[in-house]
Amino acid sequence: MNLGKIVGVNGNLLTVEFEKPIIQNEVGFAKLGEIQLKSEVIRIRSRHAELQVFEDTGGLKVGDQVEFTGSLLSVELGPGLLTQVFDGLQNPLPALAEECGFFLQRGKYIKPLPREAKWKFTPTVNEGDTVVAGDAVGQVPEGVFNHRIMVPFHLPGRMTVKSVEPEGEFTVEDTVAVVADGKGREYEVKLMQVWPVKIPIKCYAERLRPTEPLATSQRIVDTFFPVARGGTYCVPGPFGAGKTVLQQITSRHADVDIVIIAACGERAGEVVETLREFPELTDPKTGRSLMERTLIICNTSSMPVAAREASVYTAVTIAEYYRQMGLSILLLADSTSRWAQALREMSGRLEEIPGEEAFPAYLESVIAAFYERGGVVRLNDGSIGSVTIGGNVSPAGGNFEEPVTQGTLKVVGAFHGLSRARSDARRYPAIDPLESWSKYKSIVDEDELAIARRFLHDGNEVGQMMKVVGEEGTSIDDFLVYLKAEYLDSVYLQQNAFNDVDAATPVDRQKHVFGFIVRLLNTQLKFENKDDARSFFQKLTQATRDWNQMAFDSDEFKKQEEQLNHQIAEVTDYA
Amino acid sequence: MHKVYHRIEQIAGNVIVVSAGGIIYGELAQVETGFSTSLAQVIRLEGNRVYLQVFAGGRGVSTDSKVRFLGRAMQIPFSENLLGRIFTGSGVPRDNGPVLSGNEISIGGPSVNPAKRIIPRNMVRTGIPMIDVFNTLVESQKLPIFSVAGEPYNELLARIALQAEVDIIILGGMGLKHDDYLYFRDYLEENGALSRSILYVHTAADPTVECTLVPDIALATAEQFALQDNRVLVLLTDMTNFADAMKEVAITMEQIPSNRGYPGDLYSQLASRYEKAVDFEGSGSITILAVTTMPGDDVTHPVPDNTGYITEGQFYLKNGRIEPFGSLSRLKQQVNGKTRDDHRIIMDTMIQLYASYRETLEKQSMGFRMSGWDEKLLKYGVRFENEMMALSVNIPLEEALDRGWKILADCFEPQETGIASKFTDKFWPDKA
Ligand SMILES: Nc1ncnc2c1ncn2[C@@H]1O[C@H](COP(=O)(O)OP(=O)(O)OP(=O)(O)O)[C@@H](O)[C@H]1O
Ligand SMILES: [Mg+2]
Repeated sequence: MNLGKIVGVNGNLLTVEFEKPIIQNEVGFAKLGEIQLKSEVIRIRSRHAELQVFEDTGGLKVGDQVEFTGSLLSVELGPGLLTQVFDGLQNPLPALAEECGFFLQRGKYIKPLPREAKWKFTPTVNEGDTVVAGDAVGQVPEGVFNHRIMVPFHLPGRMTVKSVEPEGEFTVEDTVAVVADGKGREYEVKLMQVWPVKIPIKCYAERLRPTEPLATSQRIVDTFFPVARGGTYCVPGPFGAGKTVLQQITSRHADVDIVIIAACGERAGEVVETLREFPELTDPKTGRSLMERTLIICNTSSMPVAAREASVYTAVTIAEYYRQMGLSILLLADSTSRWAQALREMSGRLEEIPGEEAFPAYLESVIAAFYERGGVVRLNDGSIGSVTIGGNVSPAGGNFEEPVTQGTLKVVGAFHGLSRARSDARRYPAIDPLESWSKYKSIVDEDELAIARRFLHDGNEVGQMMKVVGEEGTSIDDFLVYLKAEYLDSVYLQQNAFNDVDAATPVDRQKHVFGFIVRLLNTQLKFENKDDARSFFQKLTQATRDWNQMAFDSDEFKKQEEQLNHQIAEVTDYA
Repeated sequence: MHKVYHRIEQIAGNVIVVSAGGIIYGELAQVETGFSTSLAQVIRLEGNRVYLQVFAGGRGVSTDSKVRFLGRAMQIPFSENLLGRIFTGSGVPRDNGPVLSGNEISIGGPSVNPAKRIIPRNMVRTGIPMIDVFNTLVESQKLPIFSVAGEPYNELLARIALQAEVDIIILGGMGLKHDDYLYFRDYLEENGALSRSILYVHTAADPTVECTLVPDIALATAEQFALQDNRVLVLLTDMTNFADAMKEVAITMEQIPSNRGYPGDLYSQLASRYEKAVDFEGSGSITILAVTTMPGDDVTHPVPDNTGYITEGQFYLKNGRIEPFGSLSRLKQQVNGKTRDDHRIIMDTMIQLYASYRETLEKQSMGFRMSGWDEKLLKYGVRFENEMMALSVNIPLEEALDRGWKILADCFEPQETGIASKFTDKFWPDKA
C-alpha cells in the first residue's frame, strides 16, 4: 500500500507528504476514521503532493493518512450506463438516495454499473481473428442500441482472439473473450472496462470534418446558425436569458442517438424537471421513452466543487465510449463557466499566478482541449460515430468580453449568443440574430439565407433610425423592409417552446416554411400608407403563427398556407 | 482533551495563527481577547501552523491570548424552544431568554440528493398582485428582492412573511441597522407572529465574521423544522452584506480576488446557501426570500449578478414598486395553470399592454403625436400602476384577477386586448 501523510489542509486542498512514487492525477483516499474521501493529485513538488478533495474536508488533521491508488480518475464503461443519473464522479444518485435518504453523504461511493444485471451477449468474432483496441468482440442489447463489447482501449497493437464465449447471459464483470498480443500475453475482455476521464478515447481510423448538419428542430439554429454532427457550439448569455430552457428543448428533439446532459454547477431543480419528465415523454424516432437515449451527469451548484470539474470529463468520456459504437452523441453542458470557476478556485488555493479575472493562465488551453474531444470519426470497421458538444456559458455581468466566453469562442464552430434585450422582449429563443455565427452548413439554400440575413440587418438599421426620426421621417420602402424583418423574426426566429407543434420544427418543414418566407421577402408589396402596411403585417403575423401550430402537411396546414398566399397576393405590386 | 495554547504567532484582520498539533480542520476554539472570550474556527492547517478565524474579530487579541481548542465543529442547539427567540449571528441569545443547549446540530451540512427532489407545486399566496398574479411565489422557491438602497425592502419582506401561509418564519439578518432589527421584531410581535418565528440577527455594529455565519445557522435550523413536516420561510436580508463580509475575510486571507474584490468562489458560496431551498417529499419545505441590495442600481454588480445565476428569478423593487420588467418568477408556470382559468391571460395581457404604455410614454416624451390608441394606453397605464402595482394594494389573487378585468374593460374594447374571443366572452365584465 502506498501511504502518504497530510501536512496541510486549506479548504478542499490537501498537502500530503509521500515516500514511494506517485502519479500526477492519480486518485488518493484521505482517511477520516471509517470514511475515505476521494481526491486527485493535482500538483507534485519535491516530497509534497497537492490533492484536490472531492468532498468536504472538515475533520481532517495534520498527520492523517492518504492512500494512493496508483490509478487515474476513471469511469466505468459498459452496458447499463444509459438512463442513469450520476454525480460528477459517476456515483449513481438514485442508488445513493436509496441508501442515504434525503442528503448526500460524504465518502459514500457506489459502483456505477449494476453488478448483478445480466446482459445477453452475442459474439461477433471467432477464435483466431485479429483485432485491435476498440474493435468489437460481440454485442449486447441495451435499450434500442446494440452495445458493442470492445477490446480494451489501452491494449497496444494487433491482438489475436484466443477464445470467445458463445451466446449467453453475462454480468459486466464476466469475461467474454480472451485476446493475446504478439508476445503471447493474454488479456481478458469483459462487458465493462475502465478508462481515465482526462484522456481522450482515440480507437478510430480517422477523424473527419464535421459537415453533416445536426438538426436540433430549432429554426433559428438549424437555418441560421446550424450545428454540425461532430461539431461544437456554445451558448453564452446573461442569467435568465434562456440557456437552460434552450438546452432542455434541444435535449428532447435533437436528431441524435444519445444525449448526455452534464448539469455542471447549476440548479438542482432544473435537473429534477428532466429527471421526472423524460421517462414520461416518447422519443419520436424510436417510439420508446426519451429516457432510454439519455444519461445525466448531475453535479449541481451545492455539490462539491472539485467534482464539478470532474463531471464534464466524466460526461465526455462516456460520450466518446458510445461514439466507438458508431453512434451519434450530443453532449450538452450547463454551464461550462461553473467548471471554469472550479478551476479558478483550485488555482487560487495552489497560489498560481492568476490571469484575467483571477482565472488560471491555462484556462484557454483547458477549454480548447475539452471541445477538441468532440468530433466525427470513421471507426476501424468503417462505421461513423460522432460526439457533438454544446456548452452553455454564464458570463459575469452578461458581458461576453470575459475569459471563459472568449476562450470558448476561439475553439467552437458555432456561437449562439443570447441577448438580454431579446429575452426581455420575450423573443424566445433569445439568440441574437445579428451577433451570432456558425461555420457549419445550413439546411437551407445559402443564397436564400443571404437574402434573409440582409433583411434582418437592414430591418434593424431602419428600426434604429426610426427611434430617432419617428415613423413620420421614414420612407415607406424603408418601413416595409423593417416590417418584413420583424415578420421574419416573429414567425420564424421566434419559436414557442410550450406549443406541442411549434416546439420542434423538423428539417422538411423548416425548408418549406423558409421557402415561403423568402418568397414574401422578395415580393414587391404595395400599400396606400404605413398604417395599412402595419395592419397587413399584424394580420399576416398572427395567421403565420397559427400556421406554425398546425401539424405539417395536414389539411388544415395546407388550407392555412393557401390563405396566407391569398392575403399576400392581395397586396402584391405586379407593376 | 481541550488543548490550551498561549503563543499567537500572527494576527492579521480577523485571522490569527497559533502553533499547535493534532488540530482538526474546521474545529472551534475559544480565544480570550482583552475584553471577552470569542469563538474562532480553524480555516487552514499548514504543518504546525493553525489559522483561526476569530468570530469577534482580531481586535483586542494579544500575542499571549489564551486559545482553547474544543475538538468539535460549529454546532447549534435545536428544539421547539427556539421559537419566539432572538439570537446573534453566532447563536447567542439577544433577547433576555435563557441560553439553550442540548440536541446540537451541525451547520452547513451536506446538500440534498438531486434524485430526491420533486417538482415544486404549491403556490405561496402573499396578497400582493405583482407577486400573486404576475410572478407567483412557489413553495421551495429561492428568490431574492433586487433593490436599490433606500427602497422599503425590509417592509416588503416582513409583509410577505406575515401573509404567506407558512408554519415557521426564520429571519437571518446580516448587517442590519439596529432600527431595522427592532422593526422586524416589533412587526412580528404586533401581528402575533413572533411566537412562530426565530430571529438570527447580525447588526451593522457586530463583528464581520458573525455576519458570514447567519445564513448557515438560519438554514440549518430551517432544515430541521422542515424535516419535521413544517413549511418554513427563511428571510435573508441583506445578502449583499453577507457577500461583503466574505470579501473582507477573503482579503485578509490574501486570496486573489476575481471581480471587484470579491473572492472567486462567491458563486459557490451563495449557491450552497440558496440551494438549501427544498420541498422534502412527504415532509416539510424551505422557501427562501432574500434581499440583495444593488450598489448603484447595477444588476451586473457581482453580488446581484451571481445571485441571478443561482436563484429562481427575482423581484425587482424600484420606486417603491415591484417592477414588472426585470422581475421574474421562474417557477410560476408550475402553479399558475392551476389557480383560475383566466390567470395566465390576465398575466400576459396586462403586462403586454403595460409594455405598450411605456413605449407610448417614451414617444410622448419625445414629442411625437398621441393617437387615440395612445390615449387609451395612457389611461390604462396609470390605473395599472395605482391599482395593481402599488405596494399598498393588498388583495387575494381572485380579487386581483377580477380587478384586472375591470381595468381592461374600463380602458379598452375586448378585441383591442388581443385576448381570444372565447375568453373575453366568458370573462369580460358587463359595463355598468
Ligand atoms: N424558449 C422559451 N420560451 C418561453 N420562456 C422561456 C424560454 N426560454 C426561457 N424562458 C423563460 O426564461 C426563464 C429563464 O430561462 P433559463 O432558465 O433557460 O435561463 P438561463 O439562461 O439558463 O439562466 P441562468 O443562467 O440563470 O441559469 C424561464 O424560466 C422561462 O420563464
Ligand atoms: Mg440556466
